[in-house]
Amino acid sequence: MGRLLAFVPLAVAAILGGFFLWGLNPDRDPNNIPSVLISQPAPEFDLAAVDGLETPGLSRADLVGNPGPVIVNVFASWCVPCRAEHGVLTQMVEKDGLTLFGINYKDKPEDATKWLAELGNPYERIGSDLSGREGIEWGLSGVPETFIVGSDGTVLFRYVGPVVGDAAISTFTEALVQAGALIRGQNG
Amino acid sequence: MTPEIGHFALALALALALVQSVLPIIGAGRGNILWMQSARWSSFGQFFFVGIAFLALMQAFITSDFTVKNVVENSNSLKPLLFKVAGTWGSHEGSLLLWTLILTVFGAAVALFGSNIPLSLKARTLSVQAWISVGFLTFMLLTSNPFDRVFPPPGDGQDLNPLLQDVGLAMHPPLLYFGYVGFSIVFSFAVAALIEGRVDAAWARWVRPWTLAAWMSLTAGIALGSWWAYYELGWGGWWFWDPVENVSFMPWLMGTALLHSAIVTEKRDAFKSWTILLAILTFSLSLLGTFIVRSGLLTSVHAFAVDPERGLYILGLLAVSIGGSLALFAWRAPTMEPGGLFKPISREAGLLVNNLLLATATGIVLFGTLYPLFYEAATGGEKLSVGPPFFNASFIPVMLPLVFAMGMGPYLSWKRADLAGVLQRLRFVAVLAVLATLVIWYLAEGGPVLGYLSLMLAFWLFFATLREWAMRIKLFEVPFPESLRRAHNLPRSSHGMTLAHAGLAMAMFGFIGSTVWKSEEIVFVRPGTEINIAGFDVTFEGAERARGPNYFADRGKLRVDRGGMYVTDLFPERRTYPVAQTTTTESAIRSTLAGDLYASIANPAAEDERTQGSWTLRILYEPLVNFIWIGSAMLVLGGSLSLSDRRLRIGAPSRKATTLVALSAE
Repeated sequence: MGRLLAFVPLAVAAILGGFFLWGLNPDRDPNNIPSVLISQPAPEFDLAAVDGLETPGLSRADLVGNPGPVIVNVFASWCVPCRAEHGVLTQMVEKDGLTLFGINYKDKPEDATKWLAELGNPYERIGSDLSGREGIEWGLSGVPETFIVGSDGTVLFRYVGPVVGDAAISTFTEALVQAGALIRGQNG
Repeated sequence: MTPEIGHFALALALALALVQSVLPIIGAGRGNILWMQSARWSSFGQFFFVGIAFLALMQAFITSDFTVKNVVENSNSLKPLLFKVAGTWGSHEGSLLLWTLILTVFGAAVALFGSNIPLSLKARTLSVQAWISVGFLTFMLLTSNPFDRVFPPPGDGQDLNPLLQDVGLAMHPPLLYFGYVGFSIVFSFAVAALIEGRVDAAWARWVRPWTLAAWMSLTAGIALGSWWAYYELGWGGWWFWDPVENVSFMPWLMGTALLHSAIVTEKRDAFKSWTILLAILTFSLSLLGTFIVRSGLLTSVHAFAVDPERGLYILGLLAVSIGGSLALFAWRAPTMEPGGLFKPISREAGLLVNNLLLATATGIVLFGTLYPLFYEAATGGEKLSVGPPFFNASFIPVMLPLVFAMGMGPYLSWKRADLAGVLQRLRFVAVLAVLATLVIWYLAEGGPVLGYLSLMLAFWLFFATLREWAMRIKLFEVPFPESLRRAHNLPRSSHGMTLAHAGLAMAMFGFIGSTVWKSEEIVFVRPGTEINIAGFDVTFEGAERARGPNYFADRGKLRVDRGGMYVTDLFPERRTYPVAQTTTTESAIRSTLAGDLYASIANPAAEDERTQGSWTLRILYEPLVNFIWIGSAMLVLGGSLSLSDRRLRIGAPSRKATTLVALSAE
C-alpha cells in the first residue's frame, strides 16, 4: 500500500469530524430553521381536499379571521417521525382546544386516508399538496414542519422536524403562548 | 445506599482501567511479564466493578427507588417486573452503563479465553481496550451519572415510553450492544497489532472468533429491532432507513466485510492492511452510531435526549480513538509486507469483490445518513431530509451484484480458479433459478421487473449454496452413508458458511415477497362487516373494553375464514396508558410461513352519523415476511456453527506452526 494511500482514511475521518464539530454548535438546533416567512403574510395558496377524505381542503382564506392563531402542520403518511408527532398534535387539539390545519405533502390520497383512519384525524382542514408546489411557497425543508399562523394570516412561528419529546414540546408550547393561542401554564 | 455503591464501583473501575491502560503496554515493550500479566486481573476487576454498578442500578429500578433521578424519569411502580428490569437500559445513562459493561465483558473474555494468544499481543490489546474503558467511564462519571439522586423524591415515576414496553425491545439493546461493542475488542487487536508492527495469519485466526461473535450479536440485534418495529409498532414495515437504523447497519456491513477479509488474511496471509483498516473502521462506525444517537446531530424518532455537552465529549472521544488509530494506521500500514499473490479469477479476488461492494454499500448508507448535515453546512443553514427512495435506488443496485458474487464465490479455489469449470457447475444452478422465477411469475399476478430480478438472484444464491454443499459431501454421487460421513468430516465453519449464505437468500425471499406482493385494506367496519383480502374472509364481530396491568384497551374480535373453513380469531387492541398518557396500537397477527395476516384497529377518524358506532380496521397481508426472521436466524446459527469450529476454538498453537500448516495445505 502506498504511503499516501494510507493517509486517505485519516483525511476522510478528519473532514467528517470537522462537519460534526460544526454540527454540534450549541446555537444550531437541527429543528430550528430561520424562515423568511416569519412576521410575513402566509403565502397565497388553494389546496383541494385529500381525495376520499371527508375533511375539507385548505386555502389562504381559511387562515384568516379565525378566533385565534392556528397551527398548520405539514405531514405525510410516508414520514415516520410524523407518526410520532401525530399523538402530540392530537393532544393539543383535544386537550387545549387548538385549531389544527394540515397540508398533506407529496402523499398518495389513499395512503393519507389510510394513515389518518389508523391514527385518527385531528385536522379541521387538510389540503392535498400532491405536487409539492405549495411546499416550495412555504419554504419547506422536509416533513414534518409546523407553523403557527395568526388570525390576520401572518406566519408567527415555524418548527422544523417533529414536535416530539419534552424539549420540542416546550419550545412549541412557548411559541403558542407567545402567539396568544395558549394561556401560560395551561399546558402544564 | 446502593446507588452510592454503584457510583463508587464505577470510580473503582475507572481507577483499574487507568492502570490497565499503561502498565501492560509498557510491560510488553520492556518484556516485563508481571506487568503484562496484570492486564488479566485488572480486566476481571473492571468487569466486576462495572457489573456491580449495573446491578445497583437494576436494583434501583426493580425496587422503584424514586430517589434516583434516572428511575423517576424512566420507570413507574405499576410497570410489570420485566420492564422494570429493562428500564435499566432504557435511558441514555443506563444504556451507557450497559455499553461500558459489555466493553468490560469483552476485555475479561479475552483475558479468560485468550490463553493461546502471545502474552505481549494480549497485554497490548487489553491496554487498548482499557483506553476505550477510560473514555466511556469518564464520560459517564462526568456528564451522565446514572446514580444522580433527586430531592424531594416524587411519589411515582414518569414511566417508560409504552412503545418500549415489549419483550422484543427489552432484548434488543443488549444484543445490539453486544454486537456494537463487541467490535471494540477487534479494534483493540488491530491497534495492538499496529503498535507491535506485526500482522500475520495467526493474528487473523485469533481475531476471527471475536469478530464472528460480535457480528452474530449485531445480526440478531438488528433483526430483533426490525421484528419489533414490524410486530409491536404496527408500522407495517421492517426497515425505514431511519438514521438510527442506519448507524446500526453500517457496522454490520463493515463487520461482514471484515469477517470475509480476515479469512483471506488467515488462509493466504494477504489483505493485511485492509483487514486492519476494516477492523478499525467497523468499531469507528459503532462509535459514530453512539455519537449520532446521543448528540442530537440528526433528527430521528429514536434519538435520546439532546445535550450539546455530551455531544462534544463523545466527539472528543471519537477524535482521539478514530483519529489516533487511523493516524497509527497511516504510519504503520505501509511497512507491512504484502502477502500471497493471486489471479483475477480466484477465491481471493471473489472476496475482494465482496469487500469492495460491502464497503461501497457502507459508504452509500453513510453518505445518505450524513447528507442532510453536509448540505446544511455547505449552504449555510438550509436543510433537507434523505428518505427511503435514495437508499433503495442506490443501495439495492450494489447489493444485487454482491448476491450474484456470493453464489459464485465458494466455488472458486484459492490463488487461481478454473473459470470454465466453475461456470460448468453453475450452469445447472442458473437454469434452476430462472425456472423457479418463471414459476413464481406464473403464479403471482404481476410485479415490477426489479422484483423478479431480485427474486432470481435470491434463487441463484440459494441453489448455488446448496449445490456447493452437496458437491462437498458428494450427495447422490456416492452412497448416502458415505455422504453422511463426509458431512460429518466437513469443518463446521464450512457448514456455517452454507447456512449463513442460504439464510441471506431466505431473508431475501422475505424482503422481496413482503415488498412486492403486499396487500392492504383499510375500512370502516360495524359488527358483522366482512372483508376479503388475499383469499381470507375476515368478519368483524364487535369490540369490547379490556383491562391490563397498567393500561386499558378497546379490543376488537375478528373471525377469519378461508374458503368457508374457520381459520382463527384475531384480537387487535388499542391500548391507553393512563400514567404515560399515551395510546398504542397492538396489532393481532396470524403468522404462517406463507405470510402474515395482520390486523389493527382504531376509532373512526371523524365521528359523524355515517361512521357512528363503527371502527377503523386495517388489514394487511404480507407474503413470506417470516422468511426475513428465519433467514436472520440462519445467519446467526451459521455464525455460531462457524464459531464452534474446532480450529477456531483451539486456535493456532504458534505463529510458526500455522505458517507451516498453511504451506502444506497448498
